[in-house]
Amino acid sequence: MKMNRKLYVARSPRIAARMLGEEMLVMSSRGSTLFTLNPTATILWQAADGATPLEEIVQRRICSEFEVQPEVALRDAEALAEDLARHGILLISEEPIARPEAPVQEQPQR
Amino acid sequence: MPGLATQVERYSVVISIGGVPVRVNTTDADFLALLQDRYAGFVSEETQAEFDFDVDLAAPAFVDPEAPVSVKHRAGRWFMERGDFRAEWDPAARRGWIRQTANPYSIDAVLRIAHSLVLARQGGFLLHSASAIRHGKAFLFAGVSGAGKTTISRLAPADATLLTDEISYVRKLDDDYLAFGTPFTGELAKLGENTSAPVAALYLLAQGPENRIDPVTAANAGRELLANMLFFAQDQEEDREMVHWAFQAACDFVHRVPVYRLTFIPDARVWEMIG
Repeated sequence: MKMNRKLYVARSPRIAARMLGEEMLVMSSRGSTLFTLNPTATILWQAADGATPLEEIVQRRICSEFEVQPEVALRDAEALAEDLARHGILLISEEPIARPEAPVQEQPQR
Repeated sequence: MPGLATQVERYSVVISIGGVPVRVNTTDADFLALLQDRYAGFVSEETQAEFDFDVDLAAPAFVDPEAPVSVKHRAGRWFMERGDFRAEWDPAARRGWIRQTANPYSIDAVLRIAHSLVLARQGGFLLHSASAIRHGKAFLFAGVSGAGKTTISRLAPADATLLTDEISYVRKLDDDYLAFGTPFTGELAKLGENTSAPVAALYLLAQGPENRIDPVTAANAGRELLANMLFFAQDQEEDREMVHWAFQAACDFVHRVPVYRLTFIPDARVWEMIG
């Protein structure tokens, strides 16, 4: 996708997710596949409310966490979001995404 | 004038695994005897059952116990199929039927599936693991085939009560987990004791040059627990709930129960480290 377009990301309702220790585990009902998200993907997942533009998530959550140029961070985040969308973990759109249902509950774990 | 209808004798046996009584109905007295023998120790005197299965002993048109099992959920009913049986179960009606030949393996598979589905809704699960009670606490030993489930069971000291050497039954009761004995056996071919105890720890089995216990991160514990759970959801929209239940059950369990890696040599001294 081209830059300069506003992108919105939302958590797929077909995913169950939990933070276990320092790692975010997500399980897709598509093939019962289990994924472990890296720190950046975890931030993206947690912030993916369907209403906040990706650019804003990157500025507020990723650039503040990692030493990275905003343009680079946005480009990487777009690639990551598309990768997560390919795996059915995130929904991605150029329009705000209405949540089809309540988000899967996440609880801090040991 | 002879009667136009023949009254068919109906026999029933209640098999209670994990404290969940299931009544199996058949018209074949020999099959009833087979069930009573197969599930000895798990046959209950209870008259009430959580659900009923009617067994229709079909001609052996197809018998392939090695064929993969298929479990589908449609309109509130579960459809189970393998080369050697077909079954349907309606949890709301608390009834189901099984079409199979007169063998113990088919109904064993159906019971495992039905129990795993019942447990999933309650935060419990069936696990590929041996389990035993010692000093009032239950210990689970999970691993794939060849990891040492039967070996660790064989090495158990005399004061340990074997619950199973193959498939453990874990129920969540409030904030605690209980492990129950099962009749599901592995190489040991010995039924577990029909008893239960609170789960004190889950050990992930590995065989190595020495006996040692290592910590496992929560994420690894969750991953390995999920890998060893009996789980029958397929890639269908209707299975979404099942996936979520199984995932949440695994996460909740590793949050509350200590999980370790147990590397061991086939030596009874390994049990000195357990408990």
